Amino acid sequence: MRKLLLLTTVVLVGLVFIARLFYLQIYGGYEYDVFEDTAIRKVYNYPKRGYVYDRNGELLVANQPSYDVMVIPREVEPLDSLELNEFCKLLKITKEDYARKLERATNYSPRLPSPFVPQLSKTDYAVLQEKMRKYEGFYIQKRSLRSYQTTIGANVLGDIGEVNRSIIAQQPYYKLGDLIGKQGVEKTYEDILRGVKGIKFIQKDRFNKDIGPFKEGKLDTLPVPGKDITITIDSQLQAYGELLMTNKRGGIVAIEPSSGEILAMVSGPSYNPNLLVGRNRSENFNKLYRDSIAKPLFDRGLQAMYPPGSPFKTLNALVALQEGVVTTEERFSCAMGYRYGNRKMGCHAHRSPANMNIGIYESCNAYFANVYRRIMDKYDTPAEGMDNWSKHIKSFGLGDYLNNDLSVGQPGKVPTAATYDRAYGKNRWYTTFTISNAIGQGEVLATPIQLANMAAAIGNRGYYYTPHIIKDIEGETIPTKFTTPNHTTIDKRHFEPVVEGMYDVYNKGTANMLQVKGIDICGKTGTAENFAIIDSVKTQLTDHSIFVAFAPKDNPKIAIAVFVENGYFGSRFAGRMASLMIEYYIRGEITRKDMENFVLRYSLEHEYEKPYSGESFGINRQTTLEPISEEEFQNLLKLKAEIPKS
Amino acid sequence: MLRENQRRFKFDWLTIILFLLLVGFGYLNILSASHDGDIVNYFDTSQLYGKQLIFIGLTFVLIVLILSFEAKFYERFASIIYLVALLALMGLFLFGKEINGARSWYAIGSMTLQPSEFAKFATALAVAKYISDLQTNMQTLKDQLRVVAIIFVPALLILLQNDAGSTIVYLSFFFVFYREGLQQIYLIVALSLIILAVLALKFGMVTTAMACLIVLGLRYFLRKKKRASILQYLLVLGVAIGFSYGVKLFYEHGLKVHQQNRISLWLRLEKDPVKLERMKKDEAYNLIQSEQAISSGGLTGKGFLQGTRTTGKFVPEQETDYIFSTVGEEWGFLGSSFVVLVFVLLIIRVLYLAESQKSQFSRVYGYGVASILFVHFTINIGMVMGLIPTVGIPLPFFSYGGSGLWGFTILLFIFIKLDSNKINEW
Repeated sequence: MRKLLLLTTVVLVGLVFIARLFYLQIYGGYEYDVFEDTAIRKVYNYPKRGYVYDRNGELLVANQPSYDVMVIPREVEPLDSLELNEFCKLLKITKEDYARKLERATNYSPRLPSPFVPQLSKTDYAVLQEKMRKYEGFYIQKRSLRSYQTTIGANVLGDIGEVNRSIIAQQPYYKLGDLIGKQGVEKTYEDILRGVKGIKFIQKDRFNKDIGPFKEGKLDTLPVPGKDITITIDSQLQAYGELLMTNKRGGIVAIEPSSGEILAMVSGPSYNPNLLVGRNRSENFNKLYRDSIAKPLFDRGLQAMYPPGSPFKTLNALVALQEGVVTTEERFSCAMGYRYGNRKMGCHAHRSPANMNIGIYESCNAYFANVYRRIMDKYDTPAEGMDNWSKHIKSFGLGDYLNNDLSVGQPGKVPTAATYDRAYGKNRWYTTFTISNAIGQGEVLATPIQLANMAAAIGNRGYYYTPHIIKDIEGETIPTKFTTPNHTTIDKRHFEPVVEGMYDVYNKGTANMLQVKGIDICGKTGTAENFAIIDSVKTQLTDHSIFVAFAPKDNPKIAIAVFVENGYFGSRFAGRMASLMIEYYIRGEITRKDMENFVLRYSLEHEYEKPYSGESFGINRQTTLEPISEEEFQNLLKLKAEIPKS
Repeated sequence: MLRENQRRFKFDWLTIILFLLLVGFGYLNILSASHDGDIVNYFDTSQLYGKQLIFIGLTFVLIVLILSFEAKFYERFASIIYLVALLALMGLFLFGKEINGARSWYAIGSMTLQPSEFAKFATALAVAKYISDLQTNMQTLKDQLRVVAIIFVPALLILLQNDAGSTIVYLSFFFVFYREGLQQIYLIVALSLIILAVLALKFGMVTTAMACLIVLGLRYFLRKKKRASILQYLLVLGVAIGFSYGVKLFYEHGLKVHQQNRISLWLRLEKDPVKLERMKKDEAYNLIQSEQAISSGGLTGKGFLQGTRTTGKFVPEQETDYIFSTVGEEWGFLGSSFVVLVFVLLIIRVLYLAESQKSQFSRVYGYGVASILFVHFTINIGMVMGLIPTVGIPLPFFSYGGSGLWGFTILLFIFIKLDSNKINEW
């Protein structure tokens, strides 16, 4: 027995030690990760972010250096009050800020770097740099910020901002303090613009001193610079569009039909992209973000879904021809509207009876109600008719996401039989229930970019390219989905009469005031009723002004959709703006100065104030046009003169 | 002639191989722990790894020397060797050099010698000599006191030089005494005292008193035959509670703050997060760094010379007392378990050989060797892995340092010599 005491103790201790080693080294699930190793300092080398050029080679977005003060809380040595004072003064923060920021960083992680004061200016950096080594645990990280060479296109270009923690959790490439594209092309083309940051691993000793490269630098990588991109935007047209949209809310989308390239993408109100650069970014962003009335961050060209109104009639005409339910010469009479059952869809005074040409350029509701019924009634049940119609309409890129390269978008809506089955019950509805679709009201919704695309498809006589913003990526080809045409379900031959009708809209129809000499424009006006809830009462507001057009009539160079909130009838604002944009793009200058003056001079701000005024107000016919002051007007003209000419 | 040769080389080669494994592997880890970037010259004596290589070289000279003496020499001169060691220890008070607060070194030129490392084998020899004396009976109190005195003197001298860690090693002789006939009651009392001390510190006096009451009460009621009187039980209870209280008082008032904190960390006594945070930068710093280094080794380790914490010298004293953290980081679970295994095998082998000795002197000495190695091994690795409160003693054959290496080598090889001679013993 006496012999066994030490022996058993030795064996026991051996077992306990191996168990402890197992616990520490294996059970702990510890897998070596150099990024987690506090003995290795990781120094990032941020590459140049790719530049953004417009379609004419104009530089829109470049870079500027910026300096972040970073902190590793564990390594911070307490500062005495003198040092603290000086440090806070250098950083332009208060002592309370210092304590708060340090606590925040500690809460995130005591051993990982967090940004302490981001984006110092060059002068602040110069002063701070010399004294930095006095403050242990703090260091300066150089990054590259955006430098916008323009004041336009904020919604197109987007911006970059610091990654948040949920992004880091999903994409470990990003570390706290890194910048990422937040909106616009910065977001969509983040991977291309960003490049890949380089990293250096440096062995530290326990005094946190660098003692040389880790593994002789075998793991180190060089930064890969971001690639430059060229976008399809014509910055002059974009600038002109934004100018026209001043004092109005709405969206303009212009597309080159032969390629699907987006020439301009305006959302009003807009803002200066430079607001979202640098230390004031979050403050400015919050201001924009919190403006829940004007919603400047809401891209009305891409995200606003409205009933398309009369421009939608052209599609119904095309579907009817494709289905063979009407001929172009067949006439329908219109007695100030279309009666069905005991209800009536109103119309305005025009020649009657109307064939297709008249139906389109006079925008006759009764004509299209009849056509719509023919389309539906071709089939045995309304459901079959509806689904067949829906299929044709969707082939124009309506009712679903366009699947393009823009950071935001909305699907719009094209109803199917299922839509009405859900609302009324299966087979418990008839064509008359859905008759509003005939004139683009009812259940149809579309965004301006979808309408512009629709115009492009009509201009191309039957196909469209998915609208996109990328024109060229340095050393890469753009995705084939943007270079393959999407064909509609309508045969080419059916387009001529409809195009002719749209041409006559300008010649003798609802847009005959908007003609531009020398350019054959095809268009279609639209007006959309809209409502707001004011003090829990559904109140009608002044109609939205809508216009869809393409030009020239043959081999169109531009297709455009303009949408102006509460602009009243289609030709008043949207029509004028579309014609001006077309002329500006094709001719490079404006001959219809009267139209330009009208658009620039009249503001709709008073319309937008109405729902918030607390007073009763008139709409549509009872509205007045309110000019801006002469000084402001001259300012706008000056801005126009400043748009650089290529 | 052939027989003569055979006899001369009848050393226990298994022990020697285990010894060589430890020294060799130890050297590799010292190399890792002490190099600064490129290793130009392995014999560069301005570097610790260069010095250690010299120490190892001298060790082999030492081994040849030890083995060339007659086995009887060690028994005969045990007392003299012991006295020389005591003199060397005492001389420190006059000529010693103070390093890190401990006056434990003689400085000879640029070299330093630490006599306490050599006092261990000297004491082991003296203890063996005394116990193996025909007159000695370990069952008697007189002899027990005398033999305790033999270890008490060097232990006290070392303690006075402010080297508490090395003092604790002398407790290892308890295993020797027990093997040689110390009554069982000592073992029971020793174990009880350890348990009482831990109970009192961890759970407080009330719990400890309750536990004593329950254990003694159970024993009283279950043991119907030959039961001692209730008074004796009460006396034991009183002593137990008194001892626990004494431990608590000693912990609170008798210990230096850093010692107190080490125990507090070990038993996880401190709950105040602010104080804990401060301890992490202070007493617990070594421990946390070494635990992290070991953990980061994983199954296979980061590879020789590849340990990031070792290279960055994150663990203070990593080439001496904390050398095992380097093993953990660079060689992982496999390497560290290997080291543990080799130590266990070495100790068991020495124990086995000790039991097979015909002379009592050899057996007792062998037991002493095994006990000393065991206590070093347990305390050092236990400390590095956070199982035992921090006590600064080296890992035999592994830790950097000439005195330590030579002390342990002499300790082990005297036994190997004794063992090789057992064929001549009758």
